[in-house]
Amino acid sequence: MNDMRPMERKVDTKEIKFDCRNVQVYYGDTQAIKNVDVKLEDRTVTAFIGPSGCGKSTFLRCLNRMNDTIDICRVEGNLLLDGEDIYDRRVDPVQLRAKVGMVFQKPNPFPKSIYDNIAYGPRIHGLARNKADLDDIVEKSLRRGAIWDEVKDRLDSPGTGLSGGQQQRLCIARAVATEPEVLLMDEPCSALDPIATAQVEELIDELRENFSVVIVTHSMQQAARVSQKTAFFHLGSLVEFGETGAIFTNPKDPRTESYITGRIG
Amino acid sequence: MTDASLHGAAPRKGRSIHQIDARTRRRNATEARFKACGIAAIAIGLFFLVVLAVAIIRNGTPAFTRTVVEVNFTLTQAQFDEAESQLFKTKAYSGFFNSALADQLTQQGIEVAFDEASIERLMGKVGNAIREHYTAHPGDLDAPVTFNLPTSSRVDGYFNGRVKRETLQDSRFLEATDLDLADQLKAAGIIKSEFNWPFITGADSGVDNPGGAGIGASVVGSFFMMLVVLGLSLPIGVAASIYLEEFAPQNWITDLIEVNISNLAAVPSIVFGILGLAVFIQFMHLPQSAPLVGGLVLTLMTLPTIIISTRASLKSVPPSIRDAALGVGASKMQAVFHHVLPLAMPGILTGTIIGLAQALGETAPLLLIGMVGFVARGYPDGFLDGFVEPNSAMPAQIYTWAARADQAFYDKAWGGIIILLIFLLTMNIIAIILRRRFERRW
Repeated sequence: MNDMRPMERKVDTKEIKFDCRNVQVYYGDTQAIKNVDVKLEDRTVTAFIGPSGCGKSTFLRCLNRMNDTIDICRVEGNLLLDGEDIYDRRVDPVQLRAKVGMVFQKPNPFPKSIYDNIAYGPRIHGLARNKADLDDIVEKSLRRGAIWDEVKDRLDSPGTGLSGGQQQRLCIARAVATEPEVLLMDEPCSALDPIATAQVEELIDELRENFSVVIVTHSMQQAARVSQKTAFFHLGSLVEFGETGAIFTNPKDPRTESYITGRIG
Repeated sequence: MTDASLHGAAPRKGRSIHQIDARTRRRNATEARFKACGIAAIAIGLFFLVVLAVAIIRNGTPAFTRTVVEVNFTLTQAQFDEAESQLFKTKAYSGFFNSALADQLTQQGIEVAFDEASIERLMGKVGNAIREHYTAHPGDLDAPVTFNLPTSSRVDGYFNGRVKRETLQDSRFLEATDLDLADQLKAAGIIKSEFNWPFITGADSGVDNPGGAGIGASVVGSFFMMLVVLGLSLPIGVAASIYLEEFAPQNWITDLIEVNISNLAAVPSIVFGILGLAVFIQFMHLPQSAPLVGGLVLTLMTLPTIIISTRASLKSVPPSIRDAALGVGASKMQAVFHHVLPLAMPGILTGTIIGLAQALGETAPLLLIGMVGFVARGYPDGFLDGFVEPNSAMPAQIYTWAARADQAFYDKAWGGIIILLIFLLTMNIIAIILRRRFERRW
């Protein structure tokens, strides 16, 4: 980890998890996302980079229909998760979100105990048959969130009492507790210090074993460190998408090059 | 690029920060003036508050004491039978009382001349109270009983300083010699002051008996009204605000509803009163003067307050909590009921209690549905009767007393205000404690 030589990383071809075709997103009359076509692979970390307001977060929130909570937001095009259109009339967003978990920019643990924070998702989805089951899920999730050792003695204390980095790892543990297949992360490290960031990045790399991870980030170094694929958004369009190594060392589009060298953004 | 460099103005140099320039001085003066204005405003407010509190306490405390005549009394079975056989029974009892009083005075070695008429002027007709006691407790016959019989409201007023010797000139109810007698009895320890429990526990009395008037029954009336208000306005108000805040689409209909709720909060209470009269009593034929009707009217008045405060506290829950819940796959309703509502609870409770306190002190609508202008003489017979039996409510009772001619009722009105204020203060303190206790930080 923290290997700054992305070129040497081995990337094998995997199944397509998300197939997005011709996606348009409108907020009222303004178009936030224009003609985005992208295929996100399973068990891969895909980074969305781009200047502020370029639509990367909007696009991320389309992937589990979190934009549904915004009244004026309208999505067109096809977003296929394992071949099924997630904007199909038959899809219940609640079921979708159990399959596509999300971690937010600001750590947002529930003002409840650490245990209840993790147990909430499994409880409402009925993943545990009894208390012992639930205990197992909580422990497993906290271990996956790389926070078990720090909180195992105080599962009853409030989740809001943890430090920022711990809170964010708690939120990640909470997201994986519902056994999602895709994990969306909206700038998960922007509120964290470098040490906490390193811990979360390490965690993301481990999560790749089981999940397909999509991460929005403002830090190009972070994108280079954690992702295998990178998508560069600019003014609502997907400018370039490809192997992370290729994007950072040999960008095809001049706008990508300008951005990663710091001339725009 | 700033303007200064554009126009080539040279930076000002050589200014000492130890010298206060005119501009800073003016600014500081403005600030000092504003502070003074603020302090003056608070002082004026405090002044009026103190004046109000002093006036209420000074005028209201007499209602909490009463003057009683303490007499040791023994009624034999023979006397009881004799009195019961007479045509004017209570008069016989009055006679027994007078002789008992005379005996007691002689025992204590006090020479006071009095006649039956002056005792009647001091204490009203005492025979009835004594007869009631012995018919209710026949076991007390042939045994000494200590009676604390209330004096008439004028004697009460004399010892409270409301009735002056000089203003008695033409009164046929009380003469100057009676006051001499009262003074002597007081000196002998037979007339004494005690805490006026009947004022707190009793029901209203007729216009001719201010001494016997109590606020207890109307406290019960207010209690039943508050039950109705709480039982209706809390669920309806909370349900309406959760729907409007969390579920309703943002369109012109919800905007219209929102504006109207705000307008309803500002509708004068008398309007709700006449609405209640027309709808609940004249159209639905609910009983007049019943706490149920009062509660329904006050519910209408309290709803906007509760809806507005509930929506405000729902709004103050950070959206990140909703995102978090939706993000782990909770439905919208689960997100609201599991996470948003518990966080908004202290605000909702505070708003509700403040709404209730407002309703408790509301008088105007009660005037129109007939909770004044009659004597609420008794307590309801049972719990359910409490809702439908005609009763008064605290503010309505106070209004009734204040409107009566007898000066003694004036004291009662002030005393009633103290009781009402104690209830209001208690409710507000509960609201503050709830807010402190359940407030969670995140």
